[in-house]
This record gives sequence, structure tokens and C-alpha cells, in this order.
Amino acid sequence: MVELRQHDSSPTRKGEWRDVARSRAGTKRGRGATRSRTRLSVAVLALLLLAAVLVPWLSPSTGLVDYGSVRMPPAPGHPFGTDTSGRDLFTRSWAGLRISLLVAAVSTLVSTVLGSVVGTVAGSFGGWTDRLLMRLVDAVNSVPHLLLGIVIVALYRGTVLAVVLSIGLTHWATVARVVRSEVLGLRERPYVDAAISAGASRWWILRRHMLPAVVPQASLSAVLLVPHAVFHETALSFLGLGLPPHLASIGNILGDGREAVLLGAWWIVAFPALLLVATTLAVSGLAAAWRDRTVPARRSELTL
Amino acid sequence: MERRGLDTEELRSAVWPARRAGSRSAAVLWLVLRRVVWAVPVLLLVSLGVFLLAAASPFDPIHQYYGVRIYDASAADVARVRAELGLDRPVLSRFWEWLSGLFSGDLGVSRSMRQPVVEVVTQRLPWTLLLAGTGLALAVVFSLVVGTVAAWRQGGWLDRAVTALGHALEGVPPFVLALLAIAVFSLGLGWLPVAGLTDAGSSLGVGQVLEHLVLPAAVLGVSQAPWLVLHVRQSLLTALTEDHVNGARARGMGERIVVLRHALPTALLPFVALIGARVPELVTGAVLVEEVFSWPGVASAVVTAAKAADYPLLAVLTLLATAAVLLGSLLADVAAILLDPRVATDG
Repeated sequence: MVELRQHDSSPTRKGEWRDVARSRAGTKRGRGATRSRTRLSVAVLALLLLAAVLVPWLSPSTGLVDYGSVRMPPAPGHPFGTDTSGRDLFTRSWAGLRISLLVAAVSTLVSTVLGSVVGTVAGSFGGWTDRLLMRLVDAVNSVPHLLLGIVIVALYRGTVLAVVLSIGLTHWATVARVVRSEVLGLRERPYVDAAISAGASRWWILRRHMLPAVVPQASLSAVLLVPHAVFHETALSFLGLGLPPHLASIGNILGDGREAVLLGAWWIVAFPALLLVATTLAVSGLAAAWRDRTVPARRSELTL
Repeated sequence: MERRGLDTEELRSAVWPARRAGSRSAAVLWLVLRRVVWAVPVLLLVSLGVFLLAAASPFDPIHQYYGVRIYDASAADVARVRAELGLDRPVLSRFWEWLSGLFSGDLGVSRSMRQPVVEVVTQRLPWTLLLAGTGLALAVVFSLVVGTVAAWRQGGWLDRAVTALGHALEGVPPFVLALLAIAVFSLGLGWLPVAGLTDAGSSLGVGQVLEHLVLPAAVLGVSQAPWLVLHVRQSLLTALTEDHVNGARARGMGERIVVLRHALPTALLPFVALIGARVPELVTGAVLVEEVFSWPGVASAVVTAAKAADYPLLAVLTLLATAAVLLGSLLADVAAILLDPRVATDG
């Protein structure tokens, strides 16, 4: 009745059990796969950034409104087609990607700085300050980010600053948590004890010993935030609540293209969306590779 | 059967004398109580935060009330309306009044929809619950089946396809997915309606609503599925390496029993918590999907309210979403206690 099963490395037959974790991190195959993924991410991201900088600058078509060529499908003159106002989508999409990435980068910077300050203060002061700040972090995390962002944008509408604040004020909580746990670990280090016994003030220790040491963690969570910031900005602009219309971000282009899709002009949405997805995947692939390399133990904590 | 040492029940009461077998419902009750007590300051903080944001806003709600007609209105009229809406009083007194209204069931009047906020919410909430519930159910069932099969046949074509597609879909925002679905299934193939709750002019019926529900619910489900599928797959792969699974295999049990009865239950415990933690993303997805499909739920009301700076409605909807998030995490934790006897209720 009991049937013994041979465990070997030969190809398994159907129904037979096999080794489970085939590509564990650290094994040769796992590392190779990670490396090629990283390379692909870097290459795609570099290409996208280069194009986002160069194409709007070098593009032969001006991207101006031209009612003579409305909703033209992709053709040699217009590789991505034209939109409902006859503007060339190729130029517009790359320029839009540039704006989306810029806004995302600035807002990521805002939330990283905010989160690092809150995390460092909470971690190094401890006691009631820590408890209160961490409750605040929990409270911020209990509100869906996009909803809180929509509230902020609704009340300070139509400016770049509103969008940057909307992303910056909603995404800092994760950074704060990561930085705090890092600071809690640093507090026990001998060099901090040495600084205290040498008579260093609290602010000196914060500035000189804590902040530089949390930079790697904080910058890693910043890179992990970038895809979220891109998504957030695009979603807000798509809903018509984001950047003002004259700043054609990817979200604005997609929002304008909604009605065009109903008229069958799929390219107005397809190409900008493709750029958006490629960028998001490249950035998050890169961030994930960096995370796995630097802090494998923190994998679950840093997964946003 | 020969007995060796203590069995689990005796062991547990020996280690934790206070926690006996019957105390699980007490643990659940205690958890619920603590979470409800914790929810009060969070909700207060969120509403105060939204109030302060509104107070600091450069945008005057009186303009929204009047629209362009404000240029014809006399200063006395504007001042009268301002006093009527309570906009001339300090923020904290308005906050207090709003808060006491909340407890007596009076949520104020929505300025963009020109009807009481309670009415807006009660009319629209069922549709959102229907959409989000269907979407989440689809995502959960799909990810359980596909994730299990992928982990079972690790390295097979299905596994590779699912993993690659899952990672790729993580980068696709729900509104792109929604537009894609409309382009393919409504316009290209003509199978399903483009938007709305019913066809124009036809009355509200079960068949109509179901037909209009398919596409938005599927899009919401697909936008949530990648994390769930990858999670089920990963945690089943981990579970397959555990001792009790090896033990079951060593005893010669069939593959089906080993995977479905021994490995899967362990793998699914963290999955329950994950579903509870996905509520914020579900809300985000619902906002975008409802907006694209003109679904008349509370989430699309968020966008309408935001465009009109309709502050009373926006505040209530934010509170509602926060409450949903807290409720989601509470339900997940309760489920974890009920499903897993080992879980200590540490909140």
C-alpha cells in the first residue's frame, strides 16, 4: 500500500513530487536570473529616460494643434498617431513621460524627507514621542492613499504643487516606519554610546551619527516609492484632478483619450499607456533587485 | 494508541494556564473591543485632518455654491448664504458641530449633488459593495485556483506564464486595464455594454445590472489578482518544504491529499491577512473603475465631490473608506484567530 518514491534529479513524471525551491536566492541559477532581470530593467529605464529627454527636443513634428489631421492612426509621419486635436502623440507621449517622472521624483523626495525626519525623531526620542508618531503613521496608513490624495488635490486644485503635496503627504508613512526601525537598531551601537559619553548633544548625534546611517535605507525606500508616485500622479491626472491641462502628463493624455477610445481610436490610449507600464515595471524591477541585494531580510517590510 | 508526553491541549494549558480551549471567543471579543476603541481616535484624527486641510484651502466653497452667479449676487446675499452654510464661523466650532451631527445621523448636505449626504451614501453604497464584493470574490477564487496550480507544477508552462503575467500586471494601473477592456470586449467584440448600470432608457432589472456588472467587476478583480496569485503561489511553495508536508509524503499519502489537505491550509493563513490588508487598494481600484465605467457608486461620487470641492460629502466618504480599511484588517485578524489555534491575539 505504501509506495516508495524515488527522489532524484531526473525529469519528473506527472503526479510525482519534485524539489520545491528551484531558484532560491543565492543559488547560481537564482542569482543569474536576478542579474539578467536587473540588466533588463536598467537598459529599459535608460532607454526610456534618454528618449523622454531627447524626443521632445529633437522631434520633427511640433506637437501643435492641427485640426486637419485629427485622430490619425499610427503612420510613418506620426509613429503613435495623433490625438483628438490633431497633436502628434509621439512627441506628446515622451514629453508626458518626462513630466510624469519629474513630478513623481519631486514628490518622492518630499515624502522621503518627511518620512526620514518623522522616523528619525520617533526612533531616537522614543517614549511618548515615538508612540504618538507611530499612531499617526498608522492613522495615515488607514486612509486609502489615492482618496487622501484626491481630498488634498480637491482643496488645492489645479497646480503642480497640489499634486506634489498630495503624493508627498500620503506616502511618507512607509519611509517613516523603515527609518524608525533602522534608528532603533543604531541606538544600541557602541559608537553612539561613545558619542554620548564624549558629551555630544542629542541633536549632534542625530545629525552626525543617525542621519548619515539611515541614508541607504531611506534612499532604497525612496526608489521603491517611485512607481507608486507615478501611479498616483497618473491616476489623479486621469481623473481630471491632477496637473493642469497645459502640462501634458501621461495621465492627462490618457484622460483626454477616454472618449477617443469609444470612437475606436485605440492608439491614443495604447501608446502612452505602454510607456507608462514599461517605466513602472523597469523602475520597480530595479528597486526590487536593489532591495534583494542589500537587505534580503527586510524583503517583506520593504515591499510596498 | 500509546501516549507519549502531553498532547497539544494539555501542553497549551500547561504553558498558558489562562488560555483554555473555550477562550477563543473571548480572544475574538477582546480583539474586536480593542480595535473599536483604537478606531475612534483614528477616525477623529482623519476627520480633523481633512477639516484642517479644508480650512487652509485657498478655495472658497461659496464660489462653488453660487457658480458664475456669484458675480450677480449682492454682497448681503453672499454674506447671508455664507452664514447659512456656517462658513463664517471658526474651524473648530464647525468641526465640533459637524461631529455632533455625525453622531445624531445628520451628515450635512452635499453641495455638488444638492441632496443630504446620508441620502447620497445610502443610495450609492449598495452598488459599490456589489461591485467591490464581486471583484474581490473573483480575484480571490481566481488566485486560489491559479496560484495553487502554479505552485503545484512549479517551473511548468502555466507557472512561468502566470508568474510573468502577474509581475507585468502589477505595473498596469486599473484605469488602463479598464480602457483596454472597453476597447476589446465592448467595442471590438461587442459582447458587453460600455458603461453605466443599465442601458439608456431601460428599467433597473437583475439581468441588466448583471450584464453591466461583468466588465467592471472583472477589471477590478484582475487589477487585484496579481498580488494575490503571486502570494498564494509563494506561500504554497514555502509550505511544501515544511516538515509536516514531508511527513505526509513520507507516510505515502497521495499528491492531491498532500497539497490540498496538508500544504494548502498552512499556506492560506497569511493569505487571509493579505486579503484584509488589500482594502486600501480595493478602494483605490473602485474609485478608478467606477469612474471609467460610470458606475453609480460611492467611489465615483468621490471624484464628483472632489471636482466640485464638495467638502461635506468628501469628508464623509473619506471617513467611510477609513472605516472600511480598519474593518478589513479587523475581519482578517478575527478570521486568523478562528482558523489558526496557534495565533496569539497580540493585536
